[in-house]
Amino acid sequence: MASKKRPLLLVYSVLLFSLLYLPLAILSVTSFQGGPTYWHWYERAFSQPELLISLRNSLLIGLGTTLLSTTLGTLAALGLRRGNFTGRVAFESLLNLPLVLPEIVMGLSMLVWFVFLNITLGLFSVVLAHTTFTVSYVTLIILARLKGMDPLLEEAAADLGANRWRIFWKVTFPLLLPAIVSGALLSFTLSFDDFLLTFFTAGVGSDTLPLRIYSMMRFGISPEMNAISASVLFLTLAAVAILFRLRRDS
Amino acid sequence: MLFGMPATASWLQRRNDMEKALISLSHKKFPRSILPSLVWFVFFLVVPLGIVLIYSFLQKGNYGRIEYVFNLGNYGRVFEPIYLKIVGRSLGLALYTTLLCLLLAYPLAYYMARSSKKMKRLLLALVIVPFWTNFVIRVYALKLAIGETGLINRILLELNLISSALQMTDNQIGVGIGMVYNYLPFMVLPLFVSLEKFDFTLMDAAYDLGANRLQVALKVLFPLSLPGIVTGSLFVFVPAFGEFVIPDLLGGSQAMYIGNLITETFLKSRDWPFGSALSAFLVLFAMGAFVVVLSKSVREEERAHGF
Repeated sequence: MASKKRPLLLVYSVLLFSLLYLPLAILSVTSFQGGPTYWHWYERAFSQPELLISLRNSLLIGLGTTLLSTTLGTLAALGLRRGNFTGRVAFESLLNLPLVLPEIVMGLSMLVWFVFLNITLGLFSVVLAHTTFTVSYVTLIILARLKGMDPLLEEAAADLGANRWRIFWKVTFPLLLPAIVSGALLSFTLSFDDFLLTFFTAGVGSDTLPLRIYSMMRFGISPEMNAISASVLFLTLAAVAILFRLRRDS
Repeated sequence: MLFGMPATASWLQRRNDMEKALISLSHKKFPRSILPSLVWFVFFLVVPLGIVLIYSFLQKGNYGRIEYVFNLGNYGRVFEPIYLKIVGRSLGLALYTTLLCLLLAYPLAYYMARSSKKMKRLLLALVIVPFWTNFVIRVYALKLAIGETGLINRILLELNLISSALQMTDNQIGVGIGMVYNYLPFMVLPLFVSLEKFDFTLMDAAYDLGANRLQVALKVLFPLSLPGIVTGSLFVFVPAFGEFVIPDLLGGSQAMYIGNLITETFLKSRDWPFGSALSAFLVLFAMGAFVVVLSKSVREEERAHGF
């Protein structure tokens, strides 16, 4: 039964995927067309200063967010692994909250809070906002990996006389590294892609790439925009490929 | 998202675990390593949400200032006809998106779940790529494809299937296409996660006992994949209800949705108390849907196991 062919469903799936991918394919192809060289629009797009600044902002925010959320998330996962403790339920609810809360509400509540605290809206405030929602993802990934880990390995190290720090750095950490890297890559991608939280917390003059594309898009479409959008698409494809590799290896 | 999805798809399971944890109430030592993120969540999540809740009971002063006068007027305004209409429209859009995504995604998720291991990997990757692609860029790509001079119109014109370009952007059609295009992967993943765990020999058993295809689908497959349907629907419904970028970019400026309303109230008219009330309303609605659907599905699941 399991090997039974389902031609109708196959055709349906192919059709649905084609529809999902058609716009992305059109974007990729169009981005190389219409100029004197294939790279014409890419060269034009990446010589615009505003665009380069927004790209730099996105990268800086992504790096800051990744550092913070990977650290916080790894620590949280290590703590959650220890089993039951008073307040675990409350903490897990907090951890799940960013995953289920409408993003717009999260964004504006942080805007309100930052204004209340007199924190200048800029790269820093965006990093704070992004970290808040990426920590959950990092924690869940690393926790999943920790649950699949053999506790005997650490016990063996303890039996052999290693202290807690040595066990962590020589046993736990190396085993955990693939998950930490996946978590870091995921938080970078989430931060790089984010629109809504950034929209509320970026303030004036610290546009990220998605924000810039959004504001350019309101004036219509242009060949330069095709080039930028296609570049981001290609970067995403590369990130997904790397992540799949990592997951297969682990 | 890729990893968060299945994690949250097992929400039911985790809720169970949490209840068990609550019952046992073991007073184990609090692990210090969760402290940094606990403090972070309290400071950047709980307190900001609390402030929004407080603001929703206050009053707007001049120049976007807040006046500390307690009142319920902001919530009263939410029920004014003009705003109720916007809420209704958003609700309609969210329901339409959820339903259409469910109908489109189910056959695909079913096919994925019954594929070989290798095929599963490939299909999963294919679902995840659009999921990871920047949301604004996906919307842009869609606009490029279905726009007046887009490829789809050019092909249809070339084939003489239409006499003039179809207007598919800057109107409700654009919003409709954009929502489904954007949210479809959110539905496929939880459905797939749930169907993958499904024991397909149950269907064979039902066939052997003389059930027809419709009966098998309705009495075996549907009830047992309900948790996936519920999770997927919530993953689509909650963000779709507050969506404002897609209507903004693909709908022209024709129709207002609650997401656009909140954004404008906060950023343009700077009426934070009213904006806060609208947000509280949105959360209540979205989370309310969560609780209602979830408790109902738990009951159905219990019934399904208890027959």
